[in-house]
Amino acid sequence: MRTQANRRNWGARLVVLVPYLWLFVFFLVPFVIVLKISLSQTALALPPYMPVFDFAAGWAGLMEFTAQLSADSFRLLSSDAIYLLSYLKSLQIAAISTILLLAIGYPIAYGMARAPRSWQPPLVMAVVLPFWTSFLIRIYAWINILQRDGLLNDVLTRLHAIDAPAAWLSSDTAIYIGILYSYLPFMVLPLYAALEKMDETLLEAAADLGCPRWKTFWLVTLPLSLPGVAAGTLLCFIPIVGEFVIPDLLGGSETMMIGQTLWTEFFSNRDWPVASAIAVSLLGLLLVPILFYERLQQRSLEGSR
Amino acid sequence: MADGGEAAQNNAANEQSPLVRFEAVTKRFGSVAAIESFSLDIAHGEFFALLGPSGCGKTTLLRMLAGFETPTEGRILLDREDIDAVQPHRRPVNMMFQNYALFPHLTVERNIGFGLRQENATRAEISERVTEMLALVRLQGFGRRRIDQLSGGQRQRVALARSLIKRPRVLLLDEPLAALDKKLRAETQFELMELQRRLGTTFVIVTHDQEEAMIVADRIAVMNHGRLMQVATPSEIYERPNSRWVADFIGEVTIVEGRISASGAMDSALGQLRVAGTSGAKSGGTVWLALRPEKIGMSGERPAGELNKVPGTISEIGYRGDISIYKVRLADRSLMKVALANVGVRGNARFKAGDLVWLSWPPDVGVVLDS
Repeated sequence: MRTQANRRNWGARLVVLVPYLWLFVFFLVPFVIVLKISLSQTALALPPYMPVFDFAAGWAGLMEFTAQLSADSFRLLSSDAIYLLSYLKSLQIAAISTILLLAIGYPIAYGMARAPRSWQPPLVMAVVLPFWTSFLIRIYAWINILQRDGLLNDVLTRLHAIDAPAAWLSSDTAIYIGILYSYLPFMVLPLYAALEKMDETLLEAAADLGCPRWKTFWLVTLPLSLPGVAAGTLLCFIPIVGEFVIPDLLGGSETMMIGQTLWTEFFSNRDWPVASAIAVSLLGLLLVPILFYERLQQRSLEGSR
Repeated sequence: MADGGEAAQNNAANEQSPLVRFEAVTKRFGSVAAIESFSLDIAHGEFFALLGPSGCGKTTLLRMLAGFETPTEGRILLDREDIDAVQPHRRPVNMMFQNYALFPHLTVERNIGFGLRQENATRAEISERVTEMLALVRLQGFGRRRIDQLSGGQRQRVALARSLIKRPRVLLLDEPLAALDKKLRAETQFELMELQRRLGTTFVIVTHDQEEAMIVADRIAVMNHGRLMQVATPSEIYERPNSRWVADFIGEVTIVEGRISASGAMDSALGQLRVAGTSGAKSGGTVWLALRPEKIGMSGERPAGELNKVPGTISEIGYRGDISIYKVRLADRSLMKVALANVGVRGNARFKAGDLVWLSWPPDVGVVLDS
């Protein structure tokens, strides 16, 4: 009997182990490698950094290897303003676009959740539909729309909204348009999920107790949709901070988001240690909102128990 | 509003007129009529029940009173005033919802105080009234709890307190006890009655449970397919139903078809039965005699006296503890239900399935129905 119970126990532990194993192999190990590179020095070699860990050298090799590690790359990051400005620019763009996404996404999600039941699956489908085309192709399409002789200028001049074609492309406006367009589904879907499961009799109960409609939104609907707001905000904010493709294709040369800086260090300057240091710092930066979200989740889990 | 003295006078005058009046109200959803030319008065201080099978329109009626639906035709008067144009949040009625509809993000206190906070009451006033309400529903000490930390019965009481805190003219209760288990439901029914008597507030309850309606209500409106079938006190509805449908819907009944003969008796497949209260029924037309199971006697020998007597065979026995239900097969192959209280320990052992018995009842216990 006991051995059987033990065996079952081991089976259960193995199942629990699988996700940890997954995280270990595909997250922790790569991260340690990146961390290690960030502590190395550039070298004209393959791979383009040193020291390279040598298993054959044994204990002495390990000691020598550790001695050669340095925080020079991180020192460079904090000393050169270009990196700090890049981080700040990324945070600014991510914050502004997340607020805009929330402002645009909330009414859409609200409308979807209050639509007749039979309309909702097609509406969700419509939100997800852009994913059927490659992300890159959609951004290239925006280049076409935003360029000087593109669709946007064409329509605006025909409507006499502007006299001469404006330069939309290669500007922060273009970055915001691209980000809002690309990330809207990630904002709408969690908001919709939160609003959709809300019991509508709660709105009737509020009205019954003397609460006008607009006030019911602030007192009942919004507080109950906060988990969706948190999920949507983080789902957008975190990847936008590290966004590379959109600013690279739509943005101007004067705007460098951190993703572009990283790319330049890695591919143009072949400075792997600095590129890795940027990645590690970015992760540290993004850990703040992620941990905040974790705590929020934890609290709502405890609440529902 | 007029000054206090005048308001008091108005109130005194209003005591005579009904508090709620449905005037030929019709409600259609698309082409489907949920309510059809429905008229009803509900008096001040009444505990009134709207009773009917699911889909009979009783909840629609309640929702129209609360303002969540508007009548397609007709009007609803509250204190002699048409409330059609009054928005739900301005109506002096409050509703206790079937699933309670408590706000999950607010504590018990804030749920109960929600209505008062909408009236811009002071903090002290709200806290005083909330404490009062918590005591009223015996939930002292639960004010800071979250809704998901409460049992079903506690939630029900929070919902009740929340709907009473604004002292509504009418309290609407939509299947308020449906989510409770049977034992708790029975206790809560008596608590509701006691509460209503203490507060003097007019309660309108919607229920599909005829037993519940009979226990709590002063008067019952029985509804079917959006129409009013009968309005009367519980005992009147039980003892003097006005149609076969009401007789059958409320409690157990056996219906015997027949015709009134010239002598005033009823000719049926069971022979000539003596009946009372046939003055209204036309002789010659088809009528139905409704007999409640507990009013029929059963004996091994033919009983003596001025009774209707019918022989039969016991076909099935249902033992319920307090009573036993006997289904007795009669000469015309129909079944008649008889309920006997199990007075002695072996009360039910007297009769066995297959026994030949005599059923008997006095002429005045049956109700003759012409519809």
